[in-house]
Amino acid sequence: MHRREFLRLLAAAAAAGASFHPRDSAAQAAAELYDVPPFGNVSLLHVTDVHAQLLPVYFREPSVNFGNGKPPHLVGDALLKEFKIPKGGALAYAFTHLDFERLARRYGKVGGYAHLATLVKRVRASRPHALLLDGGDSWQGSATALWTRGADMIGAQKRLGIDMMTAHWEFTYGAERVAEAVEKELAPVEFVAQNVKTADFEDPVFKPYSLRSVNGVSVAVIGQAFPYTPIANPRYMVPNWSFGIQEARLQSLVDEARAKGARAVVLLSHNGMDVDLKLASRVKGIDAILGGHTHDGVPAPAQVGRTLVTNAGSNGKFLGVLDLDVGAGGVAGYRYRLLPVFANLLPADAEMSAYIESVRRPHRAKLAERLALTEGLLYRRGNFNGSFDQLILEALLAEKNAEIAFSPGFRWGTTLLPGDPITFEHVMDQTAITYPYSTLNQLTGAQIKAILEDVADNLFNPDPYLQQGGDMVRVGGMTYACEPGARIGARISDMRLGGKPLDADRTYRVAGWAPVAEGASGEPIWEVVARYLRGKKAVPALRVNSPRLIGVKANPGIAA
Amino acid sequence: MNNRRRNLLKSAGAAAALLAAGLLKPVAALAATWNKDAFAAKKADDALKTIGAASAAPSGDIVIEAPQIAENGAVVPIEITSKIAGTTSIAVLIEKNPYPLVAKFDFMEGALPFVKVNVKMAETSEVRVVAAAAGKNYLASKEIKVTIGGCGG
Repeated sequence: MHRREFLRLLAAAAAAGASFHPRDSAAQAAAELYDVPPFGNVSLLHVTDVHAQLLPVYFREPSVNFGNGKPPHLVGDALLKEFKIPKGGALAYAFTHLDFERLARRYGKVGGYAHLATLVKRVRASRPHALLLDGGDSWQGSATALWTRGADMIGAQKRLGIDMMTAHWEFTYGAERVAEAVEKELAPVEFVAQNVKTADFEDPVFKPYSLRSVNGVSVAVIGQAFPYTPIANPRYMVPNWSFGIQEARLQSLVDEARAKGARAVVLLSHNGMDVDLKLASRVKGIDAILGGHTHDGVPAPAQVGRTLVTNAGSNGKFLGVLDLDVGAGGVAGYRYRLLPVFANLLPADAEMSAYIESVRRPHRAKLAERLALTEGLLYRRGNFNGSFDQLILEALLAEKNAEIAFSPGFRWGTTLLPGDPITFEHVMDQTAITYPYSTLNQLTGAQIKAILEDVADNLFNPDPYLQQGGDMVRVGGMTYACEPGARIGARISDMRLGGKPLDADRTYRVAGWAPVAEGASGEPIWEVVARYLRGKKAVPALRVNSPRLIGVKANPGIAA
Repeated sequence: MNNRRRNLLKSAGAAAALLAAGLLKPVAALAATWNKDAFAAKKADDALKTIGAASAAPSGDIVIEAPQIAENGAVVPIEITSKIAGTTSIAVLIEKNPYPLVAKFDFMEGALPFVKVNVKMAETSEVRVVAAAAGKNYLASKEIKVTIGGCGG
């Protein structure tokens, strides 16, 4: 980025943060934040990991996102410092967990497709040529998406004007549903994924990339689906499709697109940011990787060689705007903004609102059931645990009469403020998947350790290509210690139940949900949690069970 | 997706068998050189010794294409190309398997030293590939991770 433009951007950000005051008019604040002067001749708008959140939500960013101390592994004050965002303002609220409850009450909810639609129109007004890209995880994450098998989101994507998408959780509706949607329902949205092939003949399953003329400039958008879909999610959902990063094929497609005249090559990626950073160092000729999966709201791109790498958060909270100046010799300059979608500053788009209302109407009564009231902040995101997961764990322990409970380390799931009612819809926002079975297993202490070690390695392996992008499995009932920097087999220690060390040979009753094995069954987790909540009037602020961490002192990915 | 080809193969169930019969012509030759001790060895080093490759030299000319993380430990696809001129054989060893040597291919003169195998893996392991050319042995290796899965994203 040109230094002068960067300074100007910082000034604008500071101004937005400083003057977002209740006594300023919303229009004034919106103008400061959203009137982004156009730049260059190619513009790409980017949403990712919306997780089917059609309505505005609260979403607390993590206070623990452990890593190498560089973006995206910065939280709280370290993130504000790195990107020079003033503390206590609207941008600090959008990008960090700091002072979350107070700032949430001040600045309100974020996202919502009707508000996003208004912002997209506003940004497109000065960039009529812009392409709008969806990085995937749009069709999953809410009750209505689950009950319509993604159809509600497909309708919303088309109304928003998405040009291309790639995928991850979409595949958990099964290969047949994805193929049906792509062939019959999705047009004019193009579905691109270079790294999905048939398991037998290795034929490509989807169109790998789309070549578009933008302002007379030929631009290639290559799709990269989540490489570890059949590992992180049930294999049986996509039994005949093989995934993987597929570097060699990607390189050949970049070269092919360039040979066909593409002057800008963009990867619409669901790899996760760490994988994208490594990929950018190994595949040549990509100008920008617009990334998702790890839900990192990163205010400015990382630059790896000549490749920009971004990650645009989750839950409809942000719109990424990448403006490129593309000349005869390729990309000559860029501007990037990750715009928070503040629902209070962006009036709802009438057409989109009417559509959302129409898809929700048949389910309204079921969604609105009030189960209990929360007295504490309920959130999920964070490497080790969140208070909403703690609630799920406590429901599992109680309802399954278990000694220990596991809950998967998903990164989607919205936030509720103290005093908010917990509705059935909110429970679905944390649990709406196609394999929701709750289980009770007899596991030995040795097996429990093996599971924790395996999941920890998928999160903390130093090689990004061996990371799957979820968080650590949440653990209830027992305590343990974790050393993220150790090797597999040595990260997990000091496992205790009721203060006593776990016995490697004894069996324990362990409850869980979301089994990936074929043939699993059990009561859907949302029924377990709803029943637990109906039995309570109020949920007190929960003590979140997190492991004792070893060897992580002064890591900027862990809030003090 | 090439459905026509898939349906054709399905409808002509015998096709695969016929192909196999045609390609596996030197069955007798194979039986004659079957190295029972190598395939029965329980340690990769012993298997390497038995095929005479204990001191194979590391080589960057053996390309192993395999998933970083196996999608299914029961069927892990591994594709191997030797760029070493005059390659006469390729052996594949999965270090942590109960019987590490999973396959050995002998090439007739002029054959392209390219093979693809599906192997079974119970746990994360180093995969070692030994290529022989002009009486010398060359080695390359790659780790493939096997995980219990779940919990992603």
